[in-house]
Amino acid sequence: MSSDFWIMLTAALMSASCGLLGCFLILRKMALIGDAISHAVLPGIAIAFLLSGGRDSMAMMIGATALGLIAVFLIQWLQSSGIQSDASIGIIFTALFAVGVILVSLNARNIDLDLDCVLFGEIAYVQWDTWMMNGIDMGPRSVWMLGFALLVILTLLGLFYKQFKITAFDPAMAAACGIPVMLFHYLLMGMVSMTSVASFESVGAILVVGMLVIPAATAYLLTDRLGRMLIYSVIVGVVSSIVGYYTAYILNASIGGSIVTIAGIFFIITFLLSPRHGILFRKLQQKRIASSMTSN
Amino acid sequence: MNKKPVNMPDHTAVSPLHAQGITVAYHKQPVVQNVSFKLDEGRLVALIGPNGAGKSTLLKAMLGLVPAIRGEVSVYGQPYASQRKRIGYVPQRESVDWDFPTNALDVVLMGTYGRLGWFRRPGRQEREIAIESLSKVGMADYANRQISQLSGGQQQRVFLARALAQQADLYLMDEPFAGVDAATEKAIITLLEQLKQQGKTVLVVHHDLSTVEAYFDDVLLLNRELIAAGPVEMVFNTEMLQRTYGGRLTFLQDSGSMIMTGK
Repeated sequence: MSSDFWIMLTAALMSASCGLLGCFLILRKMALIGDAISHAVLPGIAIAFLLSGGRDSMAMMIGATALGLIAVFLIQWLQSSGIQSDASIGIIFTALFAVGVILVSLNARNIDLDLDCVLFGEIAYVQWDTWMMNGIDMGPRSVWMLGFALLVILTLLGLFYKQFKITAFDPAMAAACGIPVMLFHYLLMGMVSMTSVASFESVGAILVVGMLVIPAATAYLLTDRLGRMLIYSVIVGVVSSIVGYYTAYILNASIGGSIVTIAGIFFIITFLLSPRHGILFRKLQQKRIASSMTSN
Repeated sequence: MNKKPVNMPDHTAVSPLHAQGITVAYHKQPVVQNVSFKLDEGRLVALIGPNGAGKSTLLKAMLGLVPAIRGEVSVYGQPYASQRKRIGYVPQRESVDWDFPTNALDVVLMGTYGRLGWFRRPGRQEREIAIESLSKVGMADYANRQISQLSGGQQQRVFLARALAQQADLYLMDEPFAGVDAATEKAIITLLEQLKQQGKTVLVVHHDLSTVEAYFDDVLLLNRELIAAGPVEMVFNTEMLQRTYGGRLTFLQDSGSMIMTGK
């Protein structure tokens, strides 16, 4: 199969996962937590790398998810101890990310994991990093990891849609009804961590945040229903991936950068033109109201 | 359960809500101190006190939403945790983001989630309950309206409808009358009367002293500690209010009738 196909499939899977989770993150006003997790998973990846002695996908997923949850836990602990919310996030994610940078640089001689790849991704090479099982080439490893992450997300969101919705809208009422709010909080954070590590190699740690936040924020402007917001977010993410890939191809530029830039352009267009929440239509409406008042 | 005449508190029955020695502290500062009371079934109860008296905190502590450092709550004679399905909670309207992408019917449906357990989704039956609850607060026509497009009073009524959809026996409401229009105030009062007629018990955090006598049967006066508790005609008097509000109570003489404000 062509490398175009694998790159776009990888990017589309990543966008779909990020798009779904991003909706819940922005509705809970936790976009920055997504940012924090995507950086804090780095030491988890490095440790898993060390222990498994190579790029064992499962070990990396487990290590990263664990570190992501530890980061969320530490942030909450600092916040409840009286440190300001944004400072807590800033402290924990930069500190953990820095530890990860040290671990990666210490072991750069022994293992094949470089910082550029971690930060910016190497999506152009996905098709050469394949998963071998019993000597059979199963296809790109990234596709398997991202496919697995997406499957887990779809299963959990499908089974517990009502819980994820009510804990996002009104956690106090959810807790009063006996819904385990913290469990669903950590499930969401666990899924974000897992998606971050699976997306790492395609777009890198920094641009994962873009795909978590931008398509979801775009979808938020387009609809008044949560179910549709999830679908639109996935569509915006996947379309950004495909258009971004071709843009990168034409410009001969970074694929990850192009994908997120295209997503950003979609957001701005929506922000200006959305019939529901776009500022252009709001201005027009205000003008109409003002003129109808003066004419009366 | 035995049928008993409305308005007559039955002291032999188990109390819908029995709080014993509830104490809550934020950063070592007690905000609610050693509060004990017992509600009678089928009564409308106002919880009043000055700003910062710990009214909302007491409500949340009883629901387990903020940790109490001491104290016990029993609901219908059982530990609180086992009775969650019998309690309907109406949080303050400002506690949620009304820009959330959902409509009024969907918010009311959330009232049925507790009963549905882990895996069941709301179905036709839940939908019917939700629509019925919306019509009880006069909001049936707004079922499909995006919640950010509702007025403050309409949002409050959606919250009340959600509590109705919980089909509870005991309702705890946090400032449902705060900042609502006259139509909503009337709708809430009608609803409270209906709940009372069905033998339900309602505890309402309330801030408007001028309506306490008209709307409620019993009153709890709180200023960090419980100052007094009992039927309105026994407890709701100048002396007790002075003790609850201290210097913050002002009386305005208005053409012979007394208007009290306690901010």
